Parts: sequence; C-alpha cells; structure tokens
Amino acid sequence: MSDSSTPPLTTADGVPLKVSLRRAVRRSKLKALLLVSPLLLFLGIAFVMPIFDMLWRSVDNPEVSTTLPRTVSALEDWDGESVPDEPVFAALVEDLQEGQKERNLGLLSSRLNYEKSGMRSAVSRTARRLRTLEPPYRETLIEINDAWGELDTWQLIQRESSPYTLSYYLAAMDRQFSPQGEIVKVPEYLQIHATLFWRTFWMSAVITLATLVLGYPIAFLLANLPLRQSNLLMILVLLPFWTSLLVRTTTWIAILQSQGVLNDVMVALGVIADEARWQLIHNKTGTIIAMTHILLPFMILPLYSVMKTIPPSYMRAARSLGGRPFLCFRRVYFPLTIPGIAAGGILVFILSIGYYITPALVGGQSGRFITNYIAYHMQTSLNWGLAAAIASILLLVVVVFYWIFNRLIGVDKVKLG
Amino acid sequence: MNKPMMKGATIAVMGLSTLAIAVAAQAEQTLNIVSWGGAYSMSQQKAYHEPWMEKSGDEIVNIDRSGNALAGLRAQNQAGNVTWDLVDMLPADALIACAEGLIEPLDHDELLAEAPDGTPPTEDFIDDSLTECFVPSIVYSNIVAFNTEMFPEDKQPSTIADVFDLENYPGKRTLLRKPINNLEWALVADGVAPEEVYDVLETEEGVQRAFAKLDTIKDQVIWWEEGAQPPQLLADEEVAFGSAYNGRIFNAMVTEDQPFEIIWDAQVFELDGWVVPTGKLDKVKDYLYFATDTQRLADQAKYISYGPARKSSSDMVSTHAETGIDMTPHMPTYPPNFETAIPKDDEFWADNNDELTQRFNAWLSQ
Repeated sequence: MSDSSTPPLTTADGVPLKVSLRRAVRRSKLKALLLVSPLLLFLGIAFVMPIFDMLWRSVDNPEVSTTLPRTVSALEDWDGESVPDEPVFAALVEDLQEGQKERNLGLLSSRLNYEKSGMRSAVSRTARRLRTLEPPYRETLIEINDAWGELDTWQLIQRESSPYTLSYYLAAMDRQFSPQGEIVKVPEYLQIHATLFWRTFWMSAVITLATLVLGYPIAFLLANLPLRQSNLLMILVLLPFWTSLLVRTTTWIAILQSQGVLNDVMVALGVIADEARWQLIHNKTGTIIAMTHILLPFMILPLYSVMKTIPPSYMRAARSLGGRPFLCFRRVYFPLTIPGIAAGGILVFILSIGYYITPALVGGQSGRFITNYIAYHMQTSLNWGLAAAIASILLLVVVVFYWIFNRLIGVDKVKLG
Repeated sequence: MNKPMMKGATIAVMGLSTLAIAVAAQAEQTLNIVSWGGAYSMSQQKAYHEPWMEKSGDEIVNIDRSGNALAGLRAQNQAGNVTWDLVDMLPADALIACAEGLIEPLDHDELLAEAPDGTPPTEDFIDDSLTECFVPSIVYSNIVAFNTEMFPEDKQPSTIADVFDLENYPGKRTLLRKPINNLEWALVADGVAPEEVYDVLETEEGVQRAFAKLDTIKDQVIWWEEGAQPPQLLADEEVAFGSAYNGRIFNAMVTEDQPFEIIWDAQVFELDGWVVPTGKLDKVKDYLYFATDTQRLADQAKYISYGPARKSSSDMVSTHAETGIDMTPHMPTYPPNFETAIPKDDEFWADNNDELTQRFNAWLSQ
C-alpha cells in the first residue's frame, strides 16, 4: 500500500515521524506518571491496602488451625456423631500446652467464644490446670469444663478449622451455622445487624430526599440570580461546608435538646407546654435533621453546576410557545436537571450510609447507624473480623450503587461547582 | 566503601546514638500512663505521679484511654509500635490481654514492695487478686446513687428494688449502656439473693427474667457511656437515680456539695489495677514498685473513696485531703456498706459478655 509507494515521513534527523512522536508522547507520559507517583503511592498505602486488609480480615480464620493443629488433624476421621475419644483429647492437651507457651490461647478462646458462649473459660480453665494433668485426659477435661463433653464444641472446632471462614459474614447478617453446618437465623433476641442495615438505608434515603427538596430551590436561585446576590448566597452555602463537622453537630444538640433553644422558644411563645417539650434529639429525628443540614452542600453544588449550564432561553422559548410555568418547568427545566439530581443524590446517599460521628452524637439509641456498630466491634467487643465483614457489606452496597449510577448517568456528571 | 559495609557502619552509629539516648533516659524519662481520667486520674496524680516525678525526675504523661485499653493494646501491638508504658485496666480485660501475650507476666514477690511489717506482696494483696499479669491497686464499686432533693424527706429510696419501683419512686434513671451490673441488679430487684445472682444468670430463664425486669423501667432510662455523665445528670436533676462508680459520686458529694446519696444495697464491686505492655517492664519497674507500695495505696484513698487493694494499707486510710472528713464510711468495703455486696464474676462476664451485649443491644433497639 502506501508504504511501498511513498517513503515514510521523517523528522529532520531522519527518524520516522511516527517513532519520534511515540517517543515524545512516552516521555511526557512518564513525566506525568512521575508527577502523580507520590499520590499513587499514598493512595496505595492509605486507601487500597487497608481495603484489601479489611476484606481479607473478614474471612481470615487462623486461630483454630494454627493453635490446635494436632486436634484438627485428630478430628479428621471423627464421625461427628458423638464426643470424640481419647486420642483427640490427648492432641488437644498437647496443643493447649504449646499454645500456653506461645501465649496465643487468648485469641483462640476469643474466637471460639464468638461462636459459643462459655468457650473462653473452657480454654482458660483447662489451660490453668495443664501442668497437673495426667492421661487419660478425656474424663478429666470433661470434669474441668462441661464444654468438652458437648458435641457442638467439637463440631465447632472442626468447622472453624479451615483457614478461611464465612462465620463473620453470617454474623453480620444475623445468621449462624447450626451444629450440623446449615445456615440458620440467630434467635430473635440476638438479631440486630439486619435491623441496623435496613435503618441505615432508609434513613439515608430520607436524608437524601430532604436535601433534594431543600437544596433544589437554593441551587435554582444560585444559578439564576444576578451575580452579586448569587455570590452572597454561594458564601452562605459554603460557610457551613467549611465549618467543622463536630461544631455543626454539637450546635444542633444545643438547638434541639429538650432544654435547648428551639424548645425554650416554643415554650416561651406558648406553642407547647413546659412539660411537653419536643424530644428532637437522641432519636431518629435528631439524626435526620443534623445530617440533612450537614450534607446539604453536597446536594446543592452538583445541582448548581448542572443548572448553570441550562440556557435561560429554553424556558423563555417554552413559555412563548404557550406553556404555563409549572408545565414548562416539568417538561423542560426539570428533565435537564436530572443529571444534577442523580449526582447529588448518589453523593449524599453514599456519604450518609457511611456516616459515623453525627449519628453517634445525636442519634441516641434509635438513630444509630450500622457504622456505629462497626466502631463498637472495633473498639469495644474487639471482634475485628465481624467489623470487617459489616464494613465489606457496606462497601459492596456502595459499589453497587456507584455501578448503577455510572450505567444510568455517568460519573463524569458529578461536579461540585 | 561498598554498600553492606556502609549499612553496617550506619547501624553501628545508630546503635551508639540509641545507647546514648537510653543512658540519658535512665535518669529522666517520660512515662506514658494510661488511666480512666477525671477524679480517678486526679487521685493517681496526687498520690503516685507527683511524688514519683519529684523523686525521680521522670515526666509522667496521663492518657485517658482505659475505657478502650484492650483495643488500644491490641492495635499498638499489631502495628508493632507500643507507646503506652503502663496501663490501668480491669482484671477481666487483663486476663484476656495476658492470654494474648499483650502484657508482661509479673513475678509479684520480686517486683513489688513488701508490707511495712515484711509480709510478702502475694500475701498482702487481697486474696486471689494478683493474677499472672495484673497488680491491683483499688477496690471500687458500681452503685446506684440518687439525688435526695428529688424525693420527699420521709420517702427516700434505700434498696436496689426501689430503683425499679416507678410507682413509689418516679423519675428518670440513668444506667450504663452495657448489660454488666444492670442484669445483676434487675435480678436482685426481682427477689434473687445477691449471692445467687450468677447462678441464676447462667440459665436462659434467668437472663429472660433479668431482661423482663429491665423492661419495666426501659422507657424511663437514659443510657450513659462515660463515667462523668451520671453525676452530671443527677446534678442537673435530669434523672432521679443514676448508676455510677462510687468514687465519682463521692467526689460530687464531698467536693462539689451535691445532695447525692449512695444506695449501697447490691453494690457490684471489683478490682482495678496495673498491667505492663509487653517489652515495657524495665522502663516502668521502679515506678510500679513505688506506686503499689503500702503508703501510696493508702494515700490514694485520701483523694477518692476507693478501697486500697493491700490489706496493710487499709488501717492507714485516714481523712479526705481537702475536707478532712473520715474516709472509712465511704469505702465500698466498710462493713455496713458491704452486707449485700456482689463480687463481680469476671469469668461469667468473660464467657458471656459478647453474647449478652449483643442481646442487650438488640433489646435496646426494639
């Protein structure tokens, strides 16, 4: 083709133009990469790695397999129908002796206790008596703690002997393995996580809707007022945005609490009686009010950025064609703002299902989110596997919403100004 | 110079400089001591820290993180950077931390001071209170207190059953947002003898019975999480009753003149004390010896109404440092206060806390 008929274009020094161009592009790409490499490194260490660490923790299950290797292999050809015989008990004693020397029985007993209450003392009591134990062990161990004589203890050890487990995910969804290994619901009095997930989602949806209803007119004014007024309005939107989250949350406490500003004013005006003050905080209402206010700028700014690009002449044209104001708005203006609504909506919704401090401070008992339980399992119950499983589920939900959004609207529509 | 040699030289220089720092640190070092904050840290500051800083020239930094001490120790241990030197902790948490190897096993007779009469530490501390990694310093108590001004003078509450009696003693209550103590009290209020509480709680019917009793006051309860909240809520008359640590109520009564009264009936008492994070023993050995001797434990009782964990300190408990009142009747261990006391069963809670807390939280969110 053209290669044979015309000679390839070259630069002044005889290098084919194509090659030279590729070199130049490669060099500038490399430069760009070098410039962003600190950021990439930072993201890798501070963002990607922790996420993978979390995902890994939610299934990681080393406790039984590393602390009780002999017991696990002795249990391999156990029929699972009655309490095992002496060899398994002898293996257990040997494992516990070693575990006590290595000081890792604590992790084992915590792990087993998550699944069966009472295992912590079963392990620690047995470990305390190890020095004086003589074979045969079976009867003695059962005498030290009843748990060793119970079938489900052994089924539990056998089930949790693999290095990975689904138990944390099941617990995060209020389910567990039955002794026979089937997935069943936990008793009603222990069910809490599903309720909290559900509450987190519907309250986030309410918050998103509230920010939309409140934010839409403001964004409209921002986009349509003369520059002088709209700049002032923009500052009013941005000022709270720049104020510390904690300050804004505690201000709401001061305003909404039963001895707070709002109730005091209402009592002074005679709207409500002193004994019948509104309970507006430490419940769902408090969480919704405070979070709506805090997340409002995240709705207004993407809406504004879309509305700004809609030429006023469209509405004028619609009006001149005889449409009444509402019809023009509904048929012309509103459809054009849908990308902004979707962008603001997804932003507010994703931010609010991951919110933690505000529900913790103003949510009381009934306005708490699932995130407060992640914190609880991180800091208090120290069940980091369960915390990781709950967090992973939350991450999955965010990814799903993001994917839907990207399919329907496109991520490039998210602009903050 | 080739690379490995250079590395060797660098390490040698670094080693020398750390050695120099270590030698300097021997004389004056900074100790990061983790405790509970508030009136309790203040009593430690007065009784232990200030005399020790004067004596040794060390600097002591108070960190108020004991509420989450176990999580903190774990996180620091996993990150490989333990910054805490000494931690004030509950014995149940100490058992877990010890079994996980997060804290040092201690040879008590070797590390701790003898009593003035020469009694070895293992005999001088309250029986069974020294565990492998733990040195107790105080006996404290979980009690319910009330604001005397919120009840008529001839009808003041006096038993734990009164706390659950909304008809005769109306008003909000504030309780710890955990099952611990609340389940015990619910059973006692429901007629279970204090010494049988844990036997009953071991059974499913017992747990149900406790929750059913708590149900009767649920909508009158404000749940607290920080030890400073109940005295505040009582002082503001937001609540009539509040469960609390006895030292905090004492502090409010004596130093702030609040009209509070403690219901000693069915007090749940336990120990609290020191643990040493793994690798920190050499650094804090001298301080630990000093801060747990007979005189220091007796001194602490001048500032807060927690009983000393040494028998030899008990007789030396005298009067409050500021007001000069006799401390003895304010101690959890004072016989009239102690008649119906419940010793907190650490093993029961080590076994059942995970499940009962989940159940408690599920009950709360119903």
